[in-house]
Amino acid sequence: MSAFNTLLLFIVALAIPGVINRTRARLAGRRGIRFAQHLYDLRLHMRKGAVYSTTTTALFRTAPSVYLGAALVSALMIPVGNLPPLLAFDGDVVCMAYVLALGRFALILAAWDTGSSFEGMGASREALYGALVEPALLLAAGTLALTTGCTSFARIFDPATLHDSQYIIVLLLTAYVLLKIVITESGRIPVDDPRTHLELTMIHEVMCLDYCGVDLAMIQLAGWIKTALFALLAADATATAFCLRWWVAAPLAVLLTGLSVGIVESTRARNKLSRNTTFILTITALAALAFFTGYLLQLNIPLA
Amino acid sequence: MNWLITENTGSCCALKDIPENSYAAFYDDLTTRLNDPRYHVAQYFALPDNNRLRFFCLLLDDATGQVLIASHALEYYDETALPSLTALHPALHAFERDIAERYGVQFDGMPWPKPLRFPFDRYDRGSTMDNYPFYSMKGGSLHEVNVGPIHAGIIEPGAFRFICNGERVLHLEIALGYQHRGIEHLVTATDNRLRQICLAEAIAGDSTIAHATAFAEAIEKLTGHERPAELERERTIALELERMAMQIADTGALSMDIGYQLGQVACEALRTMTINTTQAWCGNRFGKGVVRPHGTNHPLSPEKARMIRENVREIARRYDEVRHDLKSSPSLLARFEACGVVPREEMQRIGGVGQAARASGLVRDIRATHPWASFAKCLHHESIVKRQGDVMARLMIRSREVLQSAGYVDRLLELYEQKYGDGPTPCPTPDYTTPLAPSSLSFGLVEGWRGETCHVIITDTGGRIAAARIKDPSLHNWLALALAVRGEGISDFPICNKSFNLSYCGHDL
Repeated sequence: MSAFNTLLLFIVALAIPGVINRTRARLAGRRGIRFAQHLYDLRLHMRKGAVYSTTTTALFRTAPSVYLGAALVSALMIPVGNLPPLLAFDGDVVCMAYVLALGRFALILAAWDTGSSFEGMGASREALYGALVEPALLLAAGTLALTTGCTSFARIFDPATLHDSQYIIVLLLTAYVLLKIVITESGRIPVDDPRTHLELTMIHEVMCLDYCGVDLAMIQLAGWIKTALFALLAADATATAFCLRWWVAAPLAVLLTGLSVGIVESTRARNKLSRNTTFILTITALAALAFFTGYLLQLNIPLA
Repeated sequence: MNWLITENTGSCCALKDIPENSYAAFYDDLTTRLNDPRYHVAQYFALPDNNRLRFFCLLLDDATGQVLIASHALEYYDETALPSLTALHPALHAFERDIAERYGVQFDGMPWPKPLRFPFDRYDRGSTMDNYPFYSMKGGSLHEVNVGPIHAGIIEPGAFRFICNGERVLHLEIALGYQHRGIEHLVTATDNRLRQICLAEAIAGDSTIAHATAFAEAIEKLTGHERPAELERERTIALELERMAMQIADTGALSMDIGYQLGQVACEALRTMTINTTQAWCGNRFGKGVVRPHGTNHPLSPEKARMIRENVREIARRYDEVRHDLKSSPSLLARFEACGVVPREEMQRIGGVGQAARASGLVRDIRATHPWASFAKCLHHESIVKRQGDVMARLMIRSREVLQSAGYVDRLLELYEQKYGDGPTPCPTPDYTTPLAPSSLSFGLVEGWRGETCHVIITDTGGRIAAARIKDPSLHNWLALALAVRGEGISDFPICNKSFNLSYCGHDL
């Protein structure tokens, strides 16, 4: 069952970019590229060799593997609906967040390693927004742990765990917070624009400017897995509210993320860079709201 | 101090009629006049004349619509440094840098003595792009960001050097010249007038009609033959179609840069419709081949006129919807408002022209102040002006000019229809052979979509073109871009840049 869980996770990771592209194209009045175009692009990158700048060191070359590895390891802790994940232990809710942070750290170091002013700017932006989104992520994970009393995703989303119906509103709010974290973490509009060609405005993309071939493919794949990981958490939290089954959670993750990102990207402009801070802090505020609501419910104060 | 006074609709002037003054008198008079915002310099250039260097200056008076021409001269062995006009009026920096670069003339007190475009016959061959003297600052919290000369995407080459404090831009320097092709020289290298006008069309691909019209105007003044009103009308229609196409394209490009997909795709579709209309008329989406001296190869037939009218109406209707959408989207306003502000005083000091100047409240519009052809006869142009000087103001000027231009096209085609009904319009065929007046100076002054486009042609004693001096509005406005991004976040540079959308090849020639 764990293997099936991992397989589903990969399918979700590969399907989300296709749904986003299709949604955007339809809303713009176009037919759009074929659904699996991003996979063909990935294959194309895989076949290419790599070119390395002579000023870079081993940091630069190992970063894509570390980044992908970190994304994979943390993804293995995520259950799809009621299925058991491959990795599960007490406290993996915190572990996941910091394994992901390790990947980001490697990529930031690699960006500095190139000595390019573009990449330095991108790295400093990524570090800032990464640090800002961390409290939101931990509060969301904390809310999930609080409402169930478990600190492992596998136990939190286990059907055997008692899911009190009074927490439905808290879970839905947490799902919404996680969905906003998806947008921030995967660098979509309004925080970042993955399609732009303007280096000065990029955040995530500009750190990968010096990568090509297999390295670039690894970074892209890691990005999709990261997106899927948060999307699945959001879908799980939503599904807990009514029906926690894998055949609900997996499609929900794809559609919820694909459609919402696609619609947002078609209908609004990107934030001014300095406004991103406000945007991310709002997510943290929402996460805190969810957490304290959950805490108050837990206290079970009798209403007179 | 004497000036030769003429108008944009006037004829060419003999070189001997242009008064020659001492530099001291010229300096005093020009620096006083330029304190008044009604004056601005359209061209200031030097030209070898036997054993000396003669400097010509075209000064525009926006209040009366006059064009004032004067000159001064420098002997061959005279190496006295001339007091720099730029020191008092930065608007002249491009002209003085060009003169100094070509002929090694020293300007005393010139605050920005840097190369402009690296022509092959420049005075100092040791000055190359590789050793361009970038301005630099020292400081522990400052860093430099270099962008270009090769850029991502499909734009032309140009080097941008930012000095930043974190995300904030303190200074931007723009080094151009990578697109220099020697157009001014190429025009004088041939006597084939068809080739010359084709060269003029190639100065800047997005201002094909503006440059070709300015060149044809200058040539027609030199032949001295009248041209029929139908021809002028046709050129104006082409010019306004070009304006519509480019303003719509830039609306789309601005939307793209902030990741606003709906605005982008809508404008791309409308821009295609506009340039396809030009193509259906003359077989070319950029209008190459429409403007020729004394005639045209593509006279408008009643069917074509009807087609253009219908398309333009449809474009204007649909663009108006896009415009309302852009104006009412909070996420767009948050990006565009109060971003990249150039105040009016600065715009005037640096000699900004065209729509960028109008967005800052400085009315520089040749169509209104120095009308030519149809603008002097059947259209009475009123400039669209905004005061804010930010990206939003420049966008709003663009969007309102699209609708205004659509109105002009419709109006001119209506006049056509009333006059000729279903018959063909009597436009003559081009004339490439009429001799030009010898030893004369003539100019073509046209308001292209970007702004004031000025071509000056000087003929020798045999009636051949001895020199051409071409000015694209970008020459002035690049400095406005550099000022606009000061104090802004570096990530807002792209939208500031797009809001001006200046030409690299128009600047570099």
